[in-house]
Amino acid sequence: MSLKISLFGITRDIVGTSVIELPAPAPATVGELLAEMRRQYPALGELRSCAVAVNNEYASHDQPLHTVDEIALIPPVAGG
Amino acid sequence: MTPTLTITDQPIDVAAALAAVQTDTAGAVNSFIGTVRNQSGGRPVRRLHYESYDSMALTQLGHVVQQAYEKWPMLQEVAVVHRKGTLELGDVAVVVAVATPHRAESFAACQFIIDTLKQVVTIWKREEYEDGTEWVAAHP
Repeated sequence: MSLKISLFGITRDIVGTSVIELPAPAPATVGELLAEMRRQYPALGELRSCAVAVNNEYASHDQPLHTVDEIALIPPVAGG
Repeated sequence: MTPTLTITDQPIDVAAALAAVQTDTAGAVNSFIGTVRNQSGGRPVRRLHYESYDSMALTQLGHVVQQAYEKWPMLQEVAVVHRKGTLELGDVAVVVAVATPHRAESFAACQFIIDTLKQVVTIWKREEYEDGTEWVAAHP
């Protein structure tokens, strides 16, 4: 199972692309995904926060991930 | 009472947002208009660049407005318009407009929507200074 992760704002700057594909064996949960992304891109760990969205909703760390999911890293938002 | 929720790369028509919430059953229309300021923490700002994850931003905005309807059952019409892309000083970045029968709830619901929007809606802001740019709130 591989995963496609969309990147926005400062996470896109850190990773250097707007979509990254994690090949199989990809992380199985949100928590594992965050750990893997921080391992590959340590600057992600310096952010004030970094959430994960699954299918347009904020996801908890134990939520499982599937190839068909729309997954995104969500750095601190600053609308308004 | 379907809310008007929009994210646009075009200049915001404030009058249209206010007109969208106008209804004969509401005696109070309250609005918040966020504009681009020329400084941030004392540092001069030249312009702003907003980026949006549109599908999630609209989903989360829908949740925020739904919460407002639950907190203030008398809330009638709601319009939220957020700009994205490059904005110059003075440009309108966001408009929240609500209509309720009486004024007290209109102030409260309008403030709740803009405050909660800033916490959960997936829009990011990059400030441009004379000597570079920075993503707002990204680092502790």
